[in-house]
Amino acid sequence: MQAQAQQALAGAKIAGIAQDEYGRPIILVKQDDEGKTRVTGLEAQKQNIFAAIQVSQIVRSSLGPRGMDKMLVSPDQDVTVTNDGATIMDKMEIMNHIGQLVVNLSKAQDDEIGDGTTGVVVLLGGLLEQAEQLLDKGIHGIRVSEGFDSACKVACDELSRIADKVEWSKDNLEPLITTAMSTLSSKIVHRNRRQIAEICVKAVLAVADLDRKDVNLDLIKVEGKPGGRMEDTCLVEGIVLDKDISHPQMVKEIKDAKIAVLTCPFEPPKPKTKHKIDLSSGEQYQKLHEQEQEYFKNMVKLCKDSGATLVCCQWGFDDEANHLLMTNKLPAIRWVGGVELELLAIATGARIVPRFEELSADKLGVAGSVKEVGFGTTKDRMVFIENCKNSKAVTIFVRGGNKMIVEEAKRSIHDALCVVRNLVRDSRIVYGGGHAEMCCSIAVEKAAKQVATIEYHALSAFASALDVVPIALAENSGLAAIETLTSLKTTYRELAEKDNTVHHLGVDCMDSGTNNMKEQGVYETLIGKMQQMKLATQMAKMILKIDDVILDDPTA
Amino acid sequence: MGEIFKPGANLQKGEHARLSSLIGAISLADQVKTTLGPRGRDKILQSTGRDLSVNVTNDGATILKNMVVSNPAAKLLVDVSKTQDAEVGDGTTSVCVLTGELLRAAEELLTSGIHPQTINAGWRLAHGVAQKALLDSSSDHGSDAAQFKEDLLNIARTTLSSKILNVDIEKFAQLAVDSVLRLKGSTNLESIHVLKKLGGSLSDSYLEEGFLLDKKIGIGQPKRIEKAKILVANTAMDTDKIKIYGARVRVNSIAKLAELEAVEKDKMKKKCQKIIDHGINCFINRQLIYNFPEEIFAQAKVMAIEHADFDGIERLALALGAEVTSTFDNPEVVKFGECDVIEEVMIGEDTLIRFGGCKAGEACTVVLRGSSQHLLDEAERSLHDALCVLSQTVKETKTVWGAGCSEMLMARAIEDEANKTPGKKANAMRAFAKALRAIPAIIADNAGLDSADLVSQLDAEISSGSKTSGIDVITGTVGDMTDLKITESYKVKSSMINYAAEAAEMLLRVDSIITCAPRERKNPHGRRGM
Repeated sequence: MQAQAQQALAGAKIAGIAQDEYGRPIILVKQDDEGKTRVTGLEAQKQNIFAAIQVSQIVRSSLGPRGMDKMLVSPDQDVTVTNDGATIMDKMEIMNHIGQLVVNLSKAQDDEIGDGTTGVVVLLGGLLEQAEQLLDKGIHGIRVSEGFDSACKVACDELSRIADKVEWSKDNLEPLITTAMSTLSSKIVHRNRRQIAEICVKAVLAVADLDRKDVNLDLIKVEGKPGGRMEDTCLVEGIVLDKDISHPQMVKEIKDAKIAVLTCPFEPPKPKTKHKIDLSSGEQYQKLHEQEQEYFKNMVKLCKDSGATLVCCQWGFDDEANHLLMTNKLPAIRWVGGVELELLAIATGARIVPRFEELSADKLGVAGSVKEVGFGTTKDRMVFIENCKNSKAVTIFVRGGNKMIVEEAKRSIHDALCVVRNLVRDSRIVYGGGHAEMCCSIAVEKAAKQVATIEYHALSAFASALDVVPIALAENSGLAAIETLTSLKTTYRELAEKDNTVHHLGVDCMDSGTNNMKEQGVYETLIGKMQQMKLATQMAKMILKIDDVILDDPTA
Repeated sequence: MGEIFKPGANLQKGEHARLSSLIGAISLADQVKTTLGPRGRDKILQSTGRDLSVNVTNDGATILKNMVVSNPAAKLLVDVSKTQDAEVGDGTTSVCVLTGELLRAAEELLTSGIHPQTINAGWRLAHGVAQKALLDSSSDHGSDAAQFKEDLLNIARTTLSSKILNVDIEKFAQLAVDSVLRLKGSTNLESIHVLKKLGGSLSDSYLEEGFLLDKKIGIGQPKRIEKAKILVANTAMDTDKIKIYGARVRVNSIAKLAELEAVEKDKMKKKCQKIIDHGINCFINRQLIYNFPEEIFAQAKVMAIEHADFDGIERLALALGAEVTSTFDNPEVVKFGECDVIEEVMIGEDTLIRFGGCKAGEACTVVLRGSSQHLLDEAERSLHDALCVLSQTVKETKTVWGAGCSEMLMARAIEDEANKTPGKKANAMRAFAKALRAIPAIIADNAGLDSADLVSQLDAEISSGSKTSGIDVITGTVGDMTDLKITESYKVKSSMINYAAEAAEMLLRVDSIITCAPRERKNPHGRRGM
């Protein structure tokens, strides 16, 4: 051991040295020439901040209704075009450690809220930019993060203050649709946003549990197929399976179908225990053959006897079983995936049956219509199962001009679904277009003036950081950013002083002639916005706290 | 410091990204645009595979599919073309060219400082106007059978005019229409079997009323059957395994083994007997038939045909009105196929089996003859395009005038609308109109005509109220489409504009391109190539 330590001492550059009581050096971090690097102190902080800002710069131009998309080329040369912050972050394969933290931040927002994944990263970038200046002034990172913390609290309080409650009911879905449209306005589906917003709202309400105010988005399946036009995107009250009916000559359309949902294959049983059947005579062979035939007949008979008119099987079945099913006039779908099978069971009220013997009439699912639909000139076919017993599971079927558009539309729909879900859970909203950020910025600034300690700087830095969102919005829309923001802020203050109410001013990205976000119908959910602030602040604090980075170069 | 991506990754931003994506797409479109129109030219594609096989084609989708493009924007264009191919089957070049022209027009606007999203907003308006104008200019003869057939023939002629089948266009148009009409409204083109046989000339091609199967009849079996009763099956006729897990044979003497073998043989014999007991005189199996069962069938004077591939079997089942069977215990419920005669025929040097006078006439076979494999391949693609368009037209019976007529109508409608639209969007709309006008110009250019002159003449005609004028590239004048009968499917045109607009919008929205570090490949050809 000692020899090794000596050797290391001799051969390597020593980065961190501590000494024991005899004055012998203890090597904490062995830093040799093979690419291990270590950065400490202010330099480390600055490096981290720089990396995070770089990432946020990349997505910054995607913010807002006039934000631009990114084209991402994967290591396998697949192309994705997207506007969704989380997807961009996910697919750009960031190597830098801090960059990865930022990716996680975006993912956290995606998991929790589903929308605002770009905004949160942009906000983080703004916070860190400001923090860097404070560090330059010589303010300790911890003090900065403490200041950010209290500023965040002020901002969240302000958010709750300016929040409006949207009144919606089953008969008045308009507010929900408007909010979903705000989300969709920055995406490629812009052209059809009204239609898609309506689809999303309907889908969410179809699966929502309004008493518990909960929505299980797993019940909404988003299925896509290139072809058709985006206008053909539709909501299917049931399930769409990307499968075809197993035998070309089975019935392709079934009315009032009774569906058997099976997880057992159409095969002779396969005991889990390892076994061998030894055949030693011709008789035995024949018996085995008969037994096999019997199995097949029995299985089909059990299905038929239960009264099923459609069999959906998780596994495959071979030609013989397939044909037996057909002669018995039992259409079947094979290789249905586990998730689809579950959805199917939920939608049709079927029980998933693991054994043929357990199949009975009451375990069958009911669907008003099942039909196989072909697309275009290719052999692609899909099975639509509609008018299910309890339409608790629905499918949004997306069409579009090419694979990338369909994929992007699916992502956009996911965002819109999340937003509508959030509204069902909590119907409070704030206004978009940078309005919420601007209000918070003003509030934080005000609060800062009442702080006598060094935290004052952190608070006012936070206030300036919040401005980054309206500025980015204005920049992306081709407006004079600083000018727009200052004039907005001044008007807001003047108006607020006059009548002491909240005015919904924001950046007029779409050049529609009004700055009133309420009139423009730009809504965002309160929880989404709050989450953005909290997550971004947390992440900024975390990055500020790091003062030592030890890196192993993976390429070495 | 500051490197956040993996080594080898690349981030292009702003102008660079825009340049890379616009130029990429435009140059790809320029590659294929010379194939457009009746006087368009073909491309030779040489594969990078070891055989360096050569492909001569005029079909946009085929060209794009086989070109190895690395530019991400160009890839998107390839995908658009593929979707057009899958959806309607034709217009695969046009969709790509129109996207390119849209982007070219957008580039100009971008350099004059208009925000991409403003262009998109204008395009969305223009697209709506274009679709409406297209719908207005369409005519629908779906209810009038004779007129509709005439429409179909015209469409087939228009589609085929730019392809290799141009040589005998009347014949092939008729052939395509006939075979599509046999489908009776179904769009399942699988039931039209296109058989390519080397030799003869293209004009020797014909539509076989019956069904041709490119297989051999088993040895020693009847070569000609009249009033055939056919069983179409998909079953193992080699070794019929018992599908019970874990079964294995363990014997202690050779005699026992022989006994088992005999039983196994017996089982196959029984199976054959069961099949024969259906009272059939022809048995067609998807899978192999081994010598032993083949012999049994020969003895029973049953014609046995093995190894009809899966599509073949489905088509056969359709043609003969039979069902594909796999079990043989219930002869009473099985639907047999019937046809008047089964015989061997010779085409060129090959023997094929012909099923004449089939019960259900939905499926049919088109026999293509030609002097080289490349010619045949291209002929098949051309015919496929025509068949796709026709089958889609049967579903959506609206038609529009071709030869640049509908493009010009749309362009005119957009410009009229743009004149009423205030703001920068109007510029974008005009750009859209300009892109649409580029299509007839390219067609004229490809024919060696003075496109600038012709297009302005045509525009004057259209502006003065004509709804049927178009460019006659053969004579090089502006003509009336009602006389020239250049008709196109509404669906093809509509989806072409739709896809092109969507793709162009998507590309225009891009402001950065992030290329991840390519995955390291372990030399795929490895040691074998050495």
